[in-house]
Amino acid sequence: MPERYETFTSRVIPLAAENVDTDQIVPARYLKITDKAGLSDALFHDWRFDADGAVKVPAFVLDQPEMAGRRILLAGDNFGCGSSREHAPWALVSWGIQAVITTSCADIFRGNSLKNGLLPILVDPEEHRQLFERVAGDPDVELTVDLEAQVVHLPGDEDLPFDVDPFSKLILLRGTDELGYLLGQAPAISAWEAAHPARVDTRPGP
Amino acid sequence: MTGPARTPQATRSDAKPRTLVEKIWDDHVVATQTGAPDVLAIDLHLVHEVTSPQAFTGLRQRRLTVRHPERTVATADHSVPTTPRSLPILDDLARAQVDQLTTNCREFGIPLHGLGDPAQGIVHVIGPQLGLTQPGMTIVCGDSHTSTHGAFGALAFGIGTSEVEMVLATQCLLQRRPKTFEVRVDGRVAPGVTAKDIILALLAEIGIGGGTGHVFEYRGEAIRALTMEQRMTICNMSIEGGARAGLIAPDDATVAYVEGRQHAPKGRAWDDAVQAWRRLPSDDGAAFDRSVTLDAAALEPMVTYGTNPGMGLPISASIPDPDSLADGTQKRALEHALAYMDLRPNEPILGQKVDVVFIGSCTNGRISDLRLAAAALKGRKVAAGVRMLVVPGSDEVKREAEAEGLDEVFRAAGADWREAGCSMCIAMNGDQLAPGQVAVSTSNRNFEGRQGKGGRTFLASPLTAAASAIAGAVADPRRLAGIEAIAGLGGR
Repeated sequence: MPERYETFTSRVIPLAAENVDTDQIVPARYLKITDKAGLSDALFHDWRFDADGAVKVPAFVLDQPEMAGRRILLAGDNFGCGSSREHAPWALVSWGIQAVITTSCADIFRGNSLKNGLLPILVDPEEHRQLFERVAGDPDVELTVDLEAQVVHLPGDEDLPFDVDPFSKLILLRGTDELGYLLGQAPAISAWEAAHPARVDTRPGP
Repeated sequence: MTGPARTPQATRSDAKPRTLVEKIWDDHVVATQTGAPDVLAIDLHLVHEVTSPQAFTGLRQRRLTVRHPERTVATADHSVPTTPRSLPILDDLARAQVDQLTTNCREFGIPLHGLGDPAQGIVHVIGPQLGLTQPGMTIVCGDSHTSTHGAFGALAFGIGTSEVEMVLATQCLLQRRPKTFEVRVDGRVAPGVTAKDIILALLAEIGIGGGTGHVFEYRGEAIRALTMEQRMTICNMSIEGGARAGLIAPDDATVAYVEGRQHAPKGRAWDDAVQAWRRLPSDDGAAFDRSVTLDAAALEPMVTYGTNPGMGLPISASIPDPDSLADGTQKRALEHALAYMDLRPNEPILGQKVDVVFIGSCTNGRISDLRLAAAALKGRKVAAGVRMLVVPGSDEVKREAEAEGLDEVFRAAGADWREAGCSMCIAMNGDQLAPGQVAVSTSNRNFEGRQGKGGRTFLASPLTAAASAIAGAVADPRRLAGIEAIAGLGGR
């Protein structure tokens, strides 16, 4: 179960590529696990490592020494498209990423992220462009992500407001999860099922 | 007893016209609370070995059971070898994952079609085959290509592992109502142009994120003319346009496909079900949030040139030139993709050399796909130096193909005939490209490294793939002798 999502301040990892798919975030050959261990090594594996497993030269942005410990990923449009693998947000979170700022996120990736303490922050294209410029001009600029207030604070008292689904916000702030909420709906589910017979039976027939 | 017994509200004369998606949604809302997503009931949950282990672990940690194992079904497909089933799984991790699925299904009472079971196969191939996939249902699976089942007029979408756990525990999900996106395909396609080409053309038109936040409904003459298997090919790749689901309203073809299958309703329940399905199509005047129209007659066979499925071209076209784009992320993305693919701007896509041809996957691994490829290959040979892999989508598809002698056609042409599974579509099982190799693939994703680290993928139809295997390079299937007769074999 994720922890409570607290306000935090971090410098930014810029990754300008658009349409970053979940096969890049975690290549499929790292999905042969039955737990969640080791995924930070798989994160962006083929963009980070040569065929012989050495860190590429020049290093991918994550492996640049000054990026260590940064918790905000500033990414291009349509981040997380492709496969439904929850391994993608698991890997980002295990690396230490807590927020992805972009112009749009794939639907399944967004849902998966919100269930794992990873906040997708969607901004409009102009704000997005300015953020990239800002980070390019001042790579050590610090942003503060305040989920409660739904703003990203920039130095100089600039605030970037963002939308978030109110239910997901509550779940993140409380550090609870959706399953707990759904289990609480058991009476409604039972009542609905009593009125709606099953449409199919998957057991092998006679 | 199974079978829908509800009375759709669409019959009310005073009701607002609703789309197919809205009707299915309304039929499945368990609870609505202000500020929270709807609690949506799930009719059918498909499970496979890769995205489920952590969900079962979660159930154990919370001491939960599976609420409806009899509405859940599992198979092993993603990481399984396609070598003969008498051989062991050599990959320790894959074997452990498949074994874990077996253990989980046994412990929680879930029907499993594992390796060696005659119903084993790619999860999105076996659901329809077994008659589990039916119109009007909500269907989920921890796999983005769950959109495939939308071909039956079911609301079917991919979910993450946390959601797999939720459905196992409660048979429900928390979901916001999606926006609707009408995809109208008017007219009829020419011989040699297939369902795969229609969907690749749509993706080239709207882009890989064009449907984000929406659910597609495919409509129009060209869609109505498609067989169920061809409809599955289209709906399968809805997710490549960013839409979690893509639906086609049920009609006579749908009913005929489902009737008599193992898990289809029988007797009186069948009649009731069909009656309910007939009320599902979008009402006249129902409003969609967005709409796009394609002209089927103008379509050519399509091939992708880049590193996402939206980077597709008519086969007679040339590779786009980054210099024709203004500076910016689009231009950089195109330059990056062409560098990865080792392609040069303004060259024709036709004639690009190919090392591997892959026929299979949940997109194009069904019997009609294999018939098309076999018809194109019959009496011909795979070009020297080209490796061709034909992987049936399920064990049943394999048996059917062998009964028709298609395996002999493939073998005689020099192709490799394999056991069922996802295989080189996701390259988890050892079937993969070597770095730098180029494939024409009937699968659904050409992302960097998708078919093997450093591998390069041209997505195309089974016909284009077979024509390319013969030529040893990207080839236009319309130039095959007897294409009219060949193209007519995609029926069912």
